Amino acid sequence: MKLYEYEGMELFRRYGIPVPGFEVASSPEEAAEAAGRLGGRVVVKAQVLVGGRGKAGGVKIADSPEEAGEHARRILGMSIRGERVERLVVAEAVDIARELYLGIILDRSIGAPLILASPEGGVDIEELARTKPERILKTPVEPFLGLKPYHIRRVARFLELPPDAQKQVGQILSGLYRLFIENDCELAEINPLVVKKDGGLLAIDSKIIVDDNSLYRHPELQERAGREMNKYEAEARRLGFSYVELDGNIGVICNGAGLTMATMDTVLVLGGRPANFLDIGGGARADRVEGAVSLLLSHPKAKILFINILGGITRCDEVARGIVNALGKAEAKKGMVVRLKGTNEEEGRRILEENGIHVVDEMDEAARKAVELAREV
Amino acid sequence: MAILLRKETGVVVQGITGREGSFHTKAMLGYGTRILAGVTPGKGGQEVEGVPVYDSVVEARESHPEITASIIFVPARFAPDAVYEAIEAGVELIVVITEGIPVHDTMRFVRYARMNGVTIIGPNCPGVITPGESKLGIMPGHVFKKGNVGVISRSGTLTYEIAYAMTRAGIGQSTAIGIGGDPIPGTGFIELLRMFEEDPETHAVVLIGEIGGDMEERAARYIADSGYSKPVVAYVAGRTAPPGKRMGHAGAIISMGVGDAESKIRAFKEAGVQVAELPSQIPELLSKALKR
Repeated sequence: MKLYEYEGMELFRRYGIPVPGFEVASSPEEAAEAAGRLGGRVVVKAQVLVGGRGKAGGVKIADSPEEAGEHARRILGMSIRGERVERLVVAEAVDIARELYLGIILDRSIGAPLILASPEGGVDIEELARTKPERILKTPVEPFLGLKPYHIRRVARFLELPPDAQKQVGQILSGLYRLFIENDCELAEINPLVVKKDGGLLAIDSKIIVDDNSLYRHPELQERAGREMNKYEAEARRLGFSYVELDGNIGVICNGAGLTMATMDTVLVLGGRPANFLDIGGGARADRVEGAVSLLLSHPKAKILFINILGGITRCDEVARGIVNALGKAEAKKGMVVRLKGTNEEEGRRILEENGIHVVDEMDEAARKAVELAREV
Repeated sequence: MAILLRKETGVVVQGITGREGSFHTKAMLGYGTRILAGVTPGKGGQEVEGVPVYDSVVEARESHPEITASIIFVPARFAPDAVYEAIEAGVELIVVITEGIPVHDTMRFVRYARMNGVTIIGPNCPGVITPGESKLGIMPGHVFKKGNVGVISRSGTLTYEIAYAMTRAGIGQSTAIGIGGDPIPGTGFIELLRMFEEDPETHAVVLIGEIGGDMEERAARYIADSGYSKPVVAYVAGRTAPPGKRMGHAGAIISMGVGDAESKIRAFKEAGVQVAELPSQIPELLSKALKR
């Protein structure tokens, strides 16, 4: 789960990481009032979960509350890479001497937290990793030992900070590490961490991703999970499916994440374009299958349905019943290709064929059929 | 022959009295797995499918010292505790079926297992099968067939699909391992490639990868640098996956510019690994590789 910048900034504050004064606003009036309270120059920043808001015009400097209100009027409601701006951060503008990068990721290769630090902040870390990898320091931390003073000394030295700022780096890095561990983060990033013209460090932007599997122990986050979803994504989540939307027109339903991906890839290789990833999981009963089929039957982008099931703990007869039930209730008819294999295959096939649905034996053949049907619509 | 799991391997099922635990205990017994005991705290003294249940792994091992492997069907919140318990009770191989364990928990028990020389398969995995001998997992046994190709996969159903295609083509498996779909698996491709290298009855290996992380790239480098002696055929799922989206598995996500399918396919090809464009091509690539 991705957090908004202001949620990350609130966490920073709670963990003793210095941030500029800021308020959250959801109307031009609120933004102007916030700017008045903060006093002086402010930055008005769109709150979106996608990147690239600066280039899209979602970040503006204002010298007065009126100007902050005007910027807010333009930015609110703006669409940044498909995401509508509903909220803003109004923050004190900072006189910046230098921009640094400081982040912690859960590194998959080493299976441990990895501190990333760079004296060149404010840019995308992926970009920096491509262009100047030598400017990124990577320091792994043994989770059973935690952050140690030598980690901090190493990072402070690499960031090319004056000795008086080193103590503050220690405070910030310790806070960030505690935040990372206590909130089950996959990523906790301060970018940029700025050195002010009058000395001292401030975190002026946050990027935090919390592990979805850990949300049960973070009830305040769990309440907010799924907030960026459209209605189909929200419905899939409610039904307990893994679901991702793509640009194509072939709706894909499978059991198991790997098989679903492989099915989509097969469609692609054979010249078609999948509309989605939908994994019904293991052991799905008829009602779940019905939910999945109904979801895609109602989705305007999925013109053709391709259902590929390899039954292990999933029973083909249950799948067949779910498909038939969904079709019985559907308003629109769509072309459909079904491939069923495995547990109770004969029974599943019989149910479908009694209802006029032809069952294909092999995955490639089924994918080819789906691609052909999709060409015709 | 095989790796990790043999007919004689003594097994304890943790979470045996639960719905999943009891269902798969029956299926594993039916396949021939030597299940000696089950564990559910507070349910010691009961029986499931004729298997005695104990309150702890230590008690189970005291009564059945031949237990060397455990399979865990415990819900995500309690699974880490079950893993630590199995490690401290002296179990050598732990298969964690449970899906949805927070990755910070997995990070810790995977490190703890390494420190203690214990092999973990999973979490969020289908388990291990040595066809014709034993299965420690939830896979349908009938799609597998005894043979001499090792299978290592990050997926469940896709593994069954590929194993089934191999079996129909007359190509059996020495051992098949689903390492799980989470970001930090207990055992990765390289460790298992090494085990298959040493197994005289394994003549070739199939690697089934997917988007997310860089395990495929590292395996490719290992194959090239070590001069791996057995042919390897690979398939990578997720070519259509957009960046930043989780494709079902917690670990199947392209993030921070790492983990796309093209990079993995390229790495395999550069290492001389045959890459199948479709899962259905794997048996043919294997037949050619085995003839050479």
